Amino acid sequence: MNVLLDGLTLAQGGFPEPMASATLYHYLMTSGMLFVIGLIGFVTRRNLIIMFLCTELMFQAAGIALIAFSRFHLNHTGESFVVFVLTIAAAEAALALALVVLLFRRKESLDAAEWAEMRG
Amino acid sequence: MVGLVEQLQTLQVVAAGVFAQVEHGALGTHGGHEAALNAGVNAAALGAVTGELPKWTLLIPFLPLLGCVLCGVCAILKVRNKLPAVITVACIAGAFAATVGAYMHTMHDGHAQTAVVKAWDWIRFVWGTEYKSPREFIANFSFYVDSLTCLWMLFVTGLATLIALYASEYMAGDVKTAGYARFYVAFCLFVFSMACLVMGDNLLLLYLGWEGVGLCSYLLIGYFYKKPSAVAAAKKAFIMNRIGDLGLSMGLMLTYVHFGTVEYAKLFPLIQTYLDLAQHGKIDEIPFIVQAIPVLFTIGAFGKSAQIPLYVWLPDAMEGPTPVSALIHAATMVTAGVYLVARFFPLYLCSEWALPIVAWGGALTALLAATIGMAQFDIKRIMAYSTVSQLGFMFAGIGVLGAVGGAAHVFTHAFFKAMLFLSCGAVMHGFAGQLDLRKLSGVAKIKGWKIVSLAMFVGCINLAGVPFITAGFWSKDMIIGDAFADHGMVAIGWILLGTAGLTAYYTFRVFFRVFMGPVQYEAGDEVHGDADHANHANHANHANHGHSDAHGAQEHGSAAHAAFHPHAPGLAINAVLLILAVAAFAVIPLVHDFSGGGGHSFWASSMVHGSTAGVEPPHAEHYKPFGMDAHRFAMIGSIIVGLVGIVVAFFLHYVGRTSSATSKADSIKLGAIQTAAQHKWYVDEAYHAIFVLPLRVLAHVFHAFDKMVVDGLVNLFGMVPRGLGHTARRTQTGVLHDYALRMAGGLAVVVLAIWFLHSGGWSGWGGPGLVEVGSVGGVRP
Repeated sequence: MNVLLDGLTLAQGGFPEPMASATLYHYLMTSGMLFVIGLIGFVTRRNLIIMFLCTELMFQAAGIALIAFSRFHLNHTGESFVVFVLTIAAAEAALALALVVLLFRRKESLDAAEWAEMRG
Repeated sequence: MVGLVEQLQTLQVVAAGVFAQVEHGALGTHGGHEAALNAGVNAAALGAVTGELPKWTLLIPFLPLLGCVLCGVCAILKVRNKLPAVITVACIAGAFAATVGAYMHTMHDGHAQTAVVKAWDWIRFVWGTEYKSPREFIANFSFYVDSLTCLWMLFVTGLATLIALYASEYMAGDVKTAGYARFYVAFCLFVFSMACLVMGDNLLLLYLGWEGVGLCSYLLIGYFYKKPSAVAAAKKAFIMNRIGDLGLSMGLMLTYVHFGTVEYAKLFPLIQTYLDLAQHGKIDEIPFIVQAIPVLFTIGAFGKSAQIPLYVWLPDAMEGPTPVSALIHAATMVTAGVYLVARFFPLYLCSEWALPIVAWGGALTALLAATIGMAQFDIKRIMAYSTVSQLGFMFAGIGVLGAVGGAAHVFTHAFFKAMLFLSCGAVMHGFAGQLDLRKLSGVAKIKGWKIVSLAMFVGCINLAGVPFITAGFWSKDMIIGDAFADHGMVAIGWILLGTAGLTAYYTFRVFFRVFMGPVQYEAGDEVHGDADHANHANHANHANHGHSDAHGAQEHGSAAHAAFHPHAPGLAINAVLLILAVAAFAVIPLVHDFSGGGGHSFWASSMVHGSTAGVEPPHAEHYKPFGMDAHRFAMIGSIIVGLVGIVVAFFLHYVGRTSSATSKADSIKLGAIQTAAQHKWYVDEAYHAIFVLPLRVLAHVFHAFDKMVVDGLVNLFGMVPRGLGHTARRTQTGVLHDYALRMAGGLAVVVLAIWFLHSGGWSGWGGPGLVEVGSVGGVRP
């Protein structure tokens, strides 16, 4: 296993001891699990706010993957990208929550299944 | 004036040049009859221009055209008075005067001359070079006036004037509608077209006129266009004529292909060379194409002149107003076919088959139509079948080489048949559309109907051929005599003789039933097929007589017809009928030579002999039935059958008849023959079964093919995307979760596919994927 993970060791050492053995693999696993949790939450829950929060989870999973790769490649592009994404995500969260409020006012409900007007 | 003379001289020079060309080359290429050609050089070429006419001859066609335009303007300006009638009568009377003038010029010094009057260049194509196959197609808008033209135009314009006058009263009920001006537009256009047909100096102008009269016939038959039967009759006439016109147009094209010209002045000299061959008994040497042209012309003539097998449209054409029936469908247009045959008589002589076809077609039509006419009850239909029958006589006359007899019969028939129709029309007009001879009786005894009855009587004796005192007798006699004189056509003589007897019977059947006997009548339920007009007629009656009688009738509770009083014809109708009655007698000396010896020195003969129809037929052995001169035998025979026919009609339909509905003839039961004759020998039904039904079936098949295959293919192109869309739209549920699931599913598929590929396809399947992921990492530098 260690042999396998050698190649995945983050390029830069210097992490505090408990983290020293953390490799790209760990980060990507975290990211992937976060994404799947978000996805399952999104699909199974019908509350609009919960679903929105689940999308945020998937969003952050992607951010973690970006940062991990950025570190792995010793390249700052990914990290700076995530800074922008976070900013935009904040704005988007405000907008999305406002929309949720509006939707709630329409039907007095947060059930996503109430909204099926685009049915073909 | 000087310019005109020069123009005419130029024409003559052109014509002469063409003759020279013909003799030297043009025909030599078509069969190499050099010897025959040299023999055919005549001093005065057949049909060549020999004189000139003043320019006012052009008034004959163009005055009616002016009338047409003016009546059209009246129609546009919504003129609702008799102005169109006045315009028409004036214009056509002017054309008649011009015709008389042209006739006097043509027959100036006792010899008929031929002249061409040019209006303008119409069609002129010249191609090729002078040295290398020069070709040209010239059809001028110019008019060829010889004695035959004069003969035709005299009665066409003369009768048209009278009938326009008659129609001004007959159509009076339509004055307040748009129909009156429309009627006269078509009427004038008809006279113009007829003038083009008869006077055109080339086949193309003849064809223009031919189609023009067909169009006017269609328009006028369908005058009561709200009546389905009138529309059907108009359509039928037009379609039947199309079949004939196909023959004529093919003949026209073949004429150009073979002779290289369609102008009479150039064409007839070319025909002359073939005619010489025919006259020398060398008809076998005439090319097939030349022999085919007159046969094709005959198809056209049989269509226009209603002969077997294309005759069925004419009886139906009686749906039109009666003046139209009288002018177009009895006196003038239907004789266009006879004109065509007479005009191209030299060409017919060049064909082995054309004249026998004409003769037999005419004779059989005469007999068939007469047998149908005997069994009909509608007096206008009887007259229509009589017209078909008499046209058959004319064709038979020309077919047995008696062009004079045929043309003379056209001339006399025009007068008496127009008169018969106009008399029937007056009856129809006065009795609110009643045409059934079982519902009319004793009309002659009703006050105000004397002149109509007299005209009818004069017409009937002419049609029946009462000996010596009627023009119809002499012209018909000439035809039958010519048939007996022609050795090969004696059978036709017998057919025509028998038909003459039938004609006498059915003619006087109408006269004795409708005009003689007890006074008894029933009004028709309409007038001329037009409900508005019927109301008008009834109003007129009530205004005249209705104050006491109408109430009486209603109190008695009898049918509405009981209050009916026929309204007697007025001044215009009576005047026209009187003029025609006088004319019917006045033409006798024109069609028979009373100097004795049965010679041919009478007017109609000189008119025919002065034209292209005057060529001498090949000499044939004279047949002498029972050792008598053919014409003498024919005269005796037709006197006997004519009188027998009248006497039979007298005993069956006059003696002892007490009501309008029945006569002694009813007791004669002929069973199936009678029924079949009443049903016109089921010819219409047969045509329907043989031609119409298969075409309809075919149409349905094509319709089905169109609907299923063609439309189906088009629809298929629509259906496929539509079906796909229909399936795909189900995925669009509008529910957020479904979309999310599908996105996740898609993502899963993509991830699995990548994983699968990176694990080495099927071979690496089952191995730990992470090994491969590791190797990816191993790429890193």
